[in-house]
Amino acid sequence: MLKITNLQKTFNPGTVNAKTALSGLNLTLEDGDFVTVIGGNGAGKSTMLNAIAGVWKPDCGTIEIDGVDVTNMPEHKRAQFLGRVFQDPMKGTSPDMEIAENLSIAARRGTKRKLVWGIKKAEREQYKQLLATLELGLETRLSSKVGLLSGGQRQAVTLLMATLKRPKLLLLDEHTAALDPKTASKVLELTDKLVNENHLTTLMITHNMHDAIAHGNRLIMMHEGRIVVDVSGEEKKKLTISQLLGLFEKASGSEFTNDKVMLSK
Amino acid sequence: MAFLNALPGAVAEGLIWGLMAIGVYISYKILDIADLSVDGSICTGGCVCAVMLANGSPVWLSVVAAFLAGVLAGILTGLLHSAFGIPAILAGILTQLILYSVNLSILGSKSLVAIDPRANNLLLHMSNNPRSIVSAGLIIIAVIILLWLFFYTEVGLTLKSTGDNPDMSRAQGINVKLNKVIGLAISNGIVALAGSLLAQYKGSANINDGRGAIVIGLAAIYIGLSVSTKIKPNFVVSLIGVIGGGIVYYIIYNFVVLLGLKTDYLKMLSAIIVALFLAVPYLKGEYFAKKQPIVITDSSAENSTGGDVNA
Repeated sequence: MLKITNLQKTFNPGTVNAKTALSGLNLTLEDGDFVTVIGGNGAGKSTMLNAIAGVWKPDCGTIEIDGVDVTNMPEHKRAQFLGRVFQDPMKGTSPDMEIAENLSIAARRGTKRKLVWGIKKAEREQYKQLLATLELGLETRLSSKVGLLSGGQRQAVTLLMATLKRPKLLLLDEHTAALDPKTASKVLELTDKLVNENHLTTLMITHNMHDAIAHGNRLIMMHEGRIVVDVSGEEKKKLTISQLLGLFEKASGSEFTNDKVMLSK
Repeated sequence: MAFLNALPGAVAEGLIWGLMAIGVYISYKILDIADLSVDGSICTGGCVCAVMLANGSPVWLSVVAAFLAGVLAGILTGLLHSAFGIPAILAGILTQLILYSVNLSILGSKSLVAIDPRANNLLLHMSNNPRSIVSAGLIIIAVIILLWLFFYTEVGLTLKSTGDNPDMSRAQGINVKLNKVIGLAISNGIVALAGSLLAQYKGSANINDGRGAIVIGLAAIYIGLSVSTKIKPNFVVSLIGVIGGGIVYYIIYNFVVLLGLKTDYLKMLSAIIVALFLAVPYLKGEYFAKKQPIVITDSSAENSTGGDVNA
């Protein structure tokens, strides 16, 4: 489903601020893989997701989604394959537009938009039912501006938007990091539900080791722009945090450092 | 009494500037771009219309041509910004400067081309204010209906989201760059349309018309929205509010002139109105912010990224 080959990216090359974010990253995801991504500060997790989404072009290497080489495809064209949820709950929705308008824009991801009415009547009904499944009381607020919702509500709506039109790959960039613990676990629950129901291939960055182990069928750990730990299947199910830290130290030859991860352990 | 006598003229001219402000609303409020090319494109609209009328074109054709000239100006700004990566403010300034030369050449290197109201069946002219008000009003109604229809289409919604949240828009497969070009084209088209009406109303197109137009447009927007958002913050009500803002602006303007303000200071007056409307909400916020106790929440401690504090 996703094939990344020898991906490299250096920010500010040739300056004192040069920072190698990805150094020969290789990753292949099978159809239906739900992969959790964990790593230290500046390990390249978000950089990897942004590279897949096409926020900027890599220095070298290729990215294929479902057999299509998207390395040079602009971000908005790549969007046809991708569902994305950002860390910042403000980033995934249009605050000054209604909930229904946001959803209708997401429902047309990857299709040519025409000069026809932006939201059809039947769609509103469909959105109402979908919003009801969130159990956040949003089904009665279809015409409310998204900017009036809380961070957790917005993140839930963003998740819906990312999956409304089934993406080939779902990219979740620490999408619960900015939420309070209770809301975060609710959004994660919703994530599991949507991923399982739609059988979505998913990459989920998290700073929470428990979540990384509890969710998905595969776990990768990044260090200095590469993947250093890759566990899946039965091995992953039995994994503990101390084992995971041990694996990391063995593979990277350094201690695991991520303030957020250590604080949330 | 003098004030009442001036009222119909103020309303007519206010309607024209209100239409112009709707153009500014599209770039400034919807696309979130302060597009300074409108100072040039309003003049372009007037020049195209005046010269075509002087050459015997029918009035409707001259108005349509003025609109299209504005569309081209908007496309130019859009391309300078989107295709060549020039910051939007600078792209607008460059277009404005380019348009000054273009406008001069349209006017045939003269600084003024007069329109003879007797030779042409003008849509509006200052000698007939009731007719002017009706004509401008009908055009405005047509423009508002078309915009209302457009901004609720699939394409129109993506234009709104482009200005509101470009990150989300790109993630949803929207070509943000193209949308900015489209939006600026529509915006400048409407501004030039207003320019063609203004030239007819005044009976001439002058190379200096439109200087500071953006400020008048913004004044109309702020005056209008200060009322309309309290009634109902939807698209059509906002547009009607902007038109109202244009009229109120011109009534104030005429009033101040009658009070004896030297016309030299009128542009300064426009700027002061806009500055006041921008400064008052800001100062209010500052004042109330000081009174609030400092609360440290989980999310503000965790989010060092800033910019997302206005949840």
